[in-house]
Amino acid sequence: MDIELLTNILYATIRTGTPLILVALGEMVCEKSGVLNLGQEGMMLMGAVVGFMAAITTGNLYVAVLVSIFAGMFMASLFGFLSISLVSNQVATGLALTIFGGGLSAFLGASYVGVGIDGIQPLNIPLLSDIPVIGKILFQQDPLVYLSFALFALVYWVFKSTRLGLNIRAVGENPEAANATGINVHGIRYLCVIFGGAMAGLAGGYLSLAYTPLWSEGMTAGKGWIALSLVVFASWKAERIMLGAYLFGAASIMHLILQGTRFEVAPNLLAMLPYVATIFVLVLLSSNHAKTKLNTPMSLGVPYRPQL
Amino acid sequence: MKFVKTLFTASALAAAITGCSDTSVEDAPAAAQVAPSDAVKVGFVYVSPTGDAGWTHSHDQARKYVESQLGDKVETTYVESVPEGADAERVIQNMASNGHNLIFTTSFGYMNPTLKVAKKFPNVKFEHASGYKQADNMGSYFARPYQARYLSGLIAGSMTKSDVIGYVAAFPIPEVVRGINAFTKGVQEVNPNAKVKVVWVSTWFDPAKEREAAETLILQNADILTQHTDSAAVIQTAEAKGIYAIGYHSDMSEYGKKAHLTSAVHNWGPLYLEKVKAVMEGNWKKENLWIGIAEGATDLAPISDAVPADVKALVAKKKAALKAGTMRVFDGPVKDQSGAVKVAKDSTMSDGDLSGFNWYVEGVAGKLPKS
Repeated sequence: MDIELLTNILYATIRTGTPLILVALGEMVCEKSGVLNLGQEGMMLMGAVVGFMAAITTGNLYVAVLVSIFAGMFMASLFGFLSISLVSNQVATGLALTIFGGGLSAFLGASYVGVGIDGIQPLNIPLLSDIPVIGKILFQQDPLVYLSFALFALVYWVFKSTRLGLNIRAVGENPEAANATGINVHGIRYLCVIFGGAMAGLAGGYLSLAYTPLWSEGMTAGKGWIALSLVVFASWKAERIMLGAYLFGAASIMHLILQGTRFEVAPNLLAMLPYVATIFVLVLLSSNHAKTKLNTPMSLGVPYRPQL
Repeated sequence: MKFVKTLFTASALAAAITGCSDTSVEDAPAAAQVAPSDAVKVGFVYVSPTGDAGWTHSHDQARKYVESQLGDKVETTYVESVPEGADAERVIQNMASNGHNLIFTTSFGYMNPTLKVAKKFPNVKFEHASGYKQADNMGSYFARPYQARYLSGLIAGSMTKSDVIGYVAAFPIPEVVRGINAFTKGVQEVNPNAKVKVVWVSTWFDPAKEREAAETLILQNADILTQHTDSAAVIQTAEAKGIYAIGYHSDMSEYGKKAHLTSAVHNWGPLYLEKVKAVMEGNWKKENLWIGIAEGATDLAPISDAVPADVKALVAKKKAALKAGTMRVFDGPVKDQSGAVKVAKDSTMSDGDLSGFNWYVEGVAGKLPKS
């Protein structure tokens, strides 16, 4: 395989993995605090449509990205209010959020179907982008991809070496104990849920503003669900989410690239490749049962009622 | 309109919830006979949202066309995003029992539900798109978009410089293969050196995947792209990369002002108008229609100015010939990939052969996967 083709594959891999990383990191933070939010797809779609509408109305793509983030945060706070303050069932509320977001985004975006925008263009980072191979793969992407690198670093750092990270984990493991030590359980959970919403909204904005700059109903095509399973398979570790998402991206590119070559495999079998490869690698990584259990937030999906 | 639709959806939902779909059977045909004031009521069942710029969009444009032509003599309702299967039967049945005189069901998977409901409501007329079953009060119809594909192939073959044309396709079923072959036939006719490369994405709709497939084809030297999927991502990718593209389903020029050469489009308006008029005049009869350029059901979107005048003239000439019936797209000799003659000179492919197309014509690169 020649070097240029490989470069192009890796370049596309980063781009394909980016929306998954954003959503999965957000959901990971959310689950670390003990809240399972199945509404990723709905929040992404809202982020995508509202961002797209903002791009057309204001003409400023960066304002549009911010609007996407706010749309996700708004949806997440709805979910947070129901599942944290009103202690509703998280699974049911999350599913409702997905259905609600899907419907509402279709309604809002109805008159924006068929409109084209230029989208966020790649931004070459000076000097770094001139490095052969690596420069093209990592530093000639669009700004939202760089943002995903930064957000990964942020999440990784928070859980590795900050008190906030510890507090989030405490709330996710044992909210009663956390409460007893003076941590505001509901406060932390709201923070994490809304952060998750911001990330999902950003991922939606990435799709409708940078990746495929258009609005089309249901344009996330199940990426929110893939991200949700990625979190579990990556056993709630940011670095594994990054790995899994890029692996998934690479496999989805390969499925298309292999078709033009001498490998004559049925395309429907190749279409399974991303799922099979990602599950295989992440299952292998998390095959140590005891360790996996240790990583799973103990109170995941369990609502917390403060003892009065 | 929106209000009617809302009401309708609500009643469909109510029927679903209370499970009254069985009890309404006996009194429903009676309801259908009660002529609604004086307007003809026409219902449409869509498989996806009307705004998808694709298949359903083309049917909804036709619905609006019928309304604009007949004014208050017709009343149309539609239900969108109806899943194929049991839900479809409930929605169609509800429409029939609501006093609709004519119902268009516009997805292949509605065939059996439509047939079932048609048997229960002999006084209501049904028209089903893309299927093969009929009844006394149920006709079927489909278009021949492959004819427009062929014409767009002439344009692509003339415009390519790298002699590689990329085709993003959904699933290897006869309908899609027919389109690829017709397109390739057009390409080869004007440029025997050009190859058509196909990438299968295994989905009808996933903008991200369609974009990556388009980029893959560009990596393999394609300088013109076309697609048989539902989003406009391929056109957008071509625009971003500064190459040309040809759209499908509806005019996609909005997505690529420079890239868009033309689109192969559906135009159901004239057919629907004719059918509605037939019901109004009481001379509707069941038919199994496969209509194309001659009937105006298939067409090309306006061709871009980037296309030279002589190519436009050639397309116009071939279009006129297809229209007049003096030529067909798969008139022999048609060779397969190995160069063997599959359709002899002076003969053509029958509609039966066309519906079961499962081989590539000469000029398509790569092997056709088994569907």
